[in-house]
Amino acid sequence: MKLDKLVKELTLEVKTCRECLQKDITGAYVSDLLSDVMANSRDGNIWITLQTHMNIVAVAGLKNLAGILIVGGRRPEDEIIRKAEEEKVAIMTTPMPAFEAAGRIYQMLQ
Amino acid sequence: MLKEFRADLHIHTCLSPCADIEMSPMAIVREAVNKGIDIIAITDHNSAENVIASQKAAYDSGLTVLAGMEITSSEEAHILALFENADSVLQLQDRIYENLLPGTNDERRFGEQIVVNEKDEVSGFNRRLLITATTIDSLSMVEMIHSLGGLAVASHVDKGTFSIISQLGFIPDDLRFDALEMSPHIDREQSGQKFGEYNTIGWITSSDAHYIRDIGHRTTSFFMKNPTLAEMTLAFKNEDGRRVEWK
Repeated sequence: MKLDKLVKELTLEVKTCRECLQKDITGAYVSDLLSDVMANSRDGNIWITLQTHMNIVAVAGLKNLAGILIVGGRRPEDEIIRKAEEEKVAIMTTPMPAFEAAGRIYQMLQ
Repeated sequence: MLKEFRADLHIHTCLSPCADIEMSPMAIVREAVNKGIDIIAITDHNSAENVIASQKAAYDSGLTVLAGMEITSSEEAHILALFENADSVLQLQDRIYENLLPGTNDERRFGEQIVVNEKDEVSGFNRRLLITATTIDSLSMVEMIHSLGGLAVASHVDKGTFSIISQLGFIPDDLRFDALEMSPHIDREQSGQKFGEYNTIGWITSSDAHYIRDIGHRTTSFFMKNPTLAEMTLAFKNEDGRRVEWK
């Protein structure tokens, strides 16, 4: 499934890298600990998190994740958006809490 | 006779991936002396490999350089460990390296981790993934720091990321920090309103400098006899007239 489909179905707000929406999603990983994501996420996962520290961009790039979905209505700062555009990392936001976002993505991936 | 010592106890060198390459021992010492600071602490992420060089660079300058480290607990809370002697922080470093999550630094994404000598000459690069966390939880970390004779300070508790409060929700009673650090984003009055419940522990503020110009942007004044950890401990506890002040 392409990221694009997820964005439309769940009406996610795309904050960065519109061209990244053509990427395929291999699955999802839910975690707010950067070290855990570095250790356990997989190539092509969409990362569901409320973490908005600058380092999320580097971690998503390092692990070649499909994108970052920031939940709970949290907003990434301008500096993060700039860096994510530069590094071609898709950041999306949603007012949904992590449980709901993960549940809906899980269903779509079945 | 008590004197005022101005301290900036949270400074990163070029060993921290996120710090500027100009953050070398001589440059840091020069800036601190120029700004009238009496005590600094070198606190790189999960490593202390530039501590000895920084202490040597300050030789004869009148500046006290504490041997420190900013450690990432398993819950991703940042904790400052402060010692007088480099030996102690290097002992702690051994334990940290044993328990740091594996990985190699990706310099392009995270930044270079430069080890230097006291003349600001590059002596090598640290290849470990210093940006990641250790497998040691906060409680064990604080106990480990204390067992080596150091002070444990909770970093930037007002911040929404990597602070003990952002990671654990609140500071549990059994977590015996010697002090809490407030970031430059919050003043003394706001800190009082937000963190009043933790007023039995000492509070400090520091620059968390990653760039030369940030050094001394925030300092904490210690009123004490001499610039030692023992005196600082008394100041945190408001004992024997020793005290801590900042705005």
